[in-house]
Amino acid sequence: MSKRTVQFKIYRYDPDRDEKPYMQDISVDLEPSDKKLLDALVRLKVKDDSTSFRRSCREGVCGSDAMNINGKNGLACLTDVDSLPQPIVLRPLPGLPVIRDLIVDMTQFFKQYNSIKPYLVNDNPPPERERLQSPEEREELNGLYECILCACCSTSCPSFWWNPDKFVGPAGLLAAYRFIADTRDEATNERLDNLEDPYRLFRCHTIMNCVDVCPKSLNPTRAIGKIKDMMVRRAV
Amino acid sequence: MKIAKHTYDAVIVGAGGAGLRAALQLSESGLKTAVLTKVFPTRSHTVAAQGGVAASLGNSTEDNWHWHMYDTVKGSDWLGDQDAIEFMCRKANEVVVELEHYGMPFDRLDNGKIYQRPFGGHSQNYGQSPVSRSCAAADRTGHAMLHALYQRNVRAKTQFFVEWMALDLIRDADGDVVGVTAMEMETGEVSIFHAKAVIFATGGAGRIYYSSTNAFINTGDGVGMAARAGVPLEDMEFWQFHPTGVAGAGVLITEGVRGEGGILRNAAGERFMERYAPNLKDLASRDVVSRSMVTEINEGRGCGPDKDHVLLDITHLSPETIMKRLPGIREISIQFAGIDPIKAPIPVVPTCHYQMGGIPTNYKGQVVAPKGDNSNTPVTGFYAAGECACASVHGANRLGTNSLLDLLVFGKSAGETVVEDIQSGNLRLKPLPENAADFSLARMARLENQKDGTNVHEVRLAMQRTMQKHAGVFRFSELLQQGVTAILEVAEQAKTTEIKDKSMVWNTARMEALELDNLIEVAKATMISAEARKESRGAHVRDDAPDTPEFPNGRRDDEWLKHTLWFSEGNRLDYKPVNLQPMSESVDPIALATRTY
Repeated sequence: MSKRTVQFKIYRYDPDRDEKPYMQDISVDLEPSDKKLLDALVRLKVKDDSTSFRRSCREGVCGSDAMNINGKNGLACLTDVDSLPQPIVLRPLPGLPVIRDLIVDMTQFFKQYNSIKPYLVNDNPPPERERLQSPEEREELNGLYECILCACCSTSCPSFWWNPDKFVGPAGLLAAYRFIADTRDEATNERLDNLEDPYRLFRCHTIMNCVDVCPKSLNPTRAIGKIKDMMVRRAV
Repeated sequence: MKIAKHTYDAVIVGAGGAGLRAALQLSESGLKTAVLTKVFPTRSHTVAAQGGVAASLGNSTEDNWHWHMYDTVKGSDWLGDQDAIEFMCRKANEVVVELEHYGMPFDRLDNGKIYQRPFGGHSQNYGQSPVSRSCAAADRTGHAMLHALYQRNVRAKTQFFVEWMALDLIRDADGDVVGVTAMEMETGEVSIFHAKAVIFATGGAGRIYYSSTNAFINTGDGVGMAARAGVPLEDMEFWQFHPTGVAGAGVLITEGVRGEGGILRNAAGERFMERYAPNLKDLASRDVVSRSMVTEINEGRGCGPDKDHVLLDITHLSPETIMKRLPGIREISIQFAGIDPIKAPIPVVPTCHYQMGGIPTNYKGQVVAPKGDNSNTPVTGFYAAGECACASVHGANRLGTNSLLDLLVFGKSAGETVVEDIQSGNLRLKPLPENAADFSLARMARLENQKDGTNVHEVRLAMQRTMQKHAGVFRFSELLQQGVTAILEVAEQAKTTEIKDKSMVWNTARMEALELDNLIEVAKATMISAEARKESRGAHVRDDAPDTPEFPNGRRDDEWLKHTLWFSEGNRLDYKPVNLQPMSESVDPIALATRTY
């Protein structure tokens, strides 16, 4: 089998060593078993152990290895390395402060997630057994609960880039609707109040970058639309 | 060197299912609690669990916890402690219902109750027929559970130290645990966390093997820290090889696939499990299915050009069922095998999956170690739960869905015990020893100044290949003996690892070197304990302990009905009895019997 070599152009910045960020040109030979971009990055790290990125499950469910791949946000572990035009240009997720190389500071992202009260609110004393929910009611949560908090969506959203402190962003709003849609949750009004604001919800201009990049094929724009509809219906 | 010191009532290390469940108990009780985690909580490996969590709710088929207890004892090949198993099975409904109340999006039956599916080794009426006991959220149960637990912790305002890697356990002159040292990834700085109680919930070390379903982060950090601090490790020879890892990639395909009707086939298309387990067939216990698969492959009936895997077939299920109950599996299969399981079967092979052994605990979550005549004396201030702990509920082989149950039950139990021990005044803040951080700092300095050392990647690879070759699905006396020599050599190499990257900021090279120290402890414990156990039991099956009329399945209850304890210092082995007595006097022990499915 002929040798597979990939060329990378990687954003590098180590505040401990570098005065400013730079793009590093580097190539690495792959083994036949290296299928995903993450495999190639792990291979690269053997060659240069200072290459820094987050990774864990390597199967698209933990959300650690989100990065900007040839200009588009995605998970390294779910991206076929052979499908990518070379050099493969890797940058950290846009719009968040860079800690080092491909590792970004996600504080603001999680702050927005926490701001929507991402937990079930139901102050009635719970029954002895499970709360009942019909299969149809439960189906309303499909496409919402599967979010892995990788931040691909929020960091591809221009509205989030401009106002990361004021706009909740697609991931947080998807989570907000996940609880609004849950028949067991009793805080719909408070949740809508919490979003009734020129920025928190209404900075979404349906650009739909979030839908385009979501590695789990979720649709935050649709969830945001449903929240907006509920706001309107509540107002009339 | 000046070191920052944090003081808490309790410190939890790890924020997967067990750590988060314990954290809820502590946060809601008002104790000052810190949760240290090397990854953001929802990135923990609990997230990858797929098929479900066991509870005898009986929502679709009649069930009760006695049957669950029987299945678990039998699944453990009688190496599980029956008091802890009774405790877990009795508590299952409570902790699963609690989770539902926290907002966990379980799938539902038409009557609105939690959906339950069949799973391997779980049965009705003491082994008679399969039972639907696995409570599931599609095939994303671990993800749904971990997020629900994290969300509940957001509500409880739990204090997390995210991306802090714990380095070492701090014990005082009495041997009591008084804290941990930890490194903040962003700054590279080491701190001391001084506490009345430390709970380890650090997960398993599946990355000691070359082929593993486990995440990169599963490096046995807590297990390694405990071993270095003189705490023995229990039953480390028992590793679960999950029957269905994607061939070549290692990624997990849930047993829930077989629970929904999936069938394993060899190259001839034969449903071979009928020959090995006439009763439960494809839903026999995992060790049994994995060995059957390897036997098929070894005897030339494997599939593919290299005849090195078998096929998991769900093409007979309706696309609707697959899309509704197994959507994540379909994604994984397309992504990692290049196959849509609606149209073609998935190539699978047994893959290292779960560490049955670990830090010895009792059912209250207290870490226990031999002292004088008592082999189960609690180590004051030290608790553990989840995969890093050995209660022991899984014994020689864990049943699917019992791991998520384990972390809920024992995470909660460890949390409750700590609250009780602190509020009753049993635990107080003992002074830190003078040299509390010296050991960790010496490890860091060694790594920093190492010249002409070994390469972390190469040593890790040597360890993984050694474990894979010498301590796999089937074990051979001669290979195990060679394996002990080989792994001790690798351990020597690990003492001089060298990293090129010396940055203080988010230094993943340093992190991987420190993780390797933990993996090596686990690998040594595994190989040495396995070599010593001269019988076949559960997941540990060796050539010189074959199935005979006198000793069915090669199990030697006359000599080996006991737990292994491995001590890092001098690689010393000790043993302690299995507890065959349930917790309650009213519950009959599950009597020893030959294990068939």
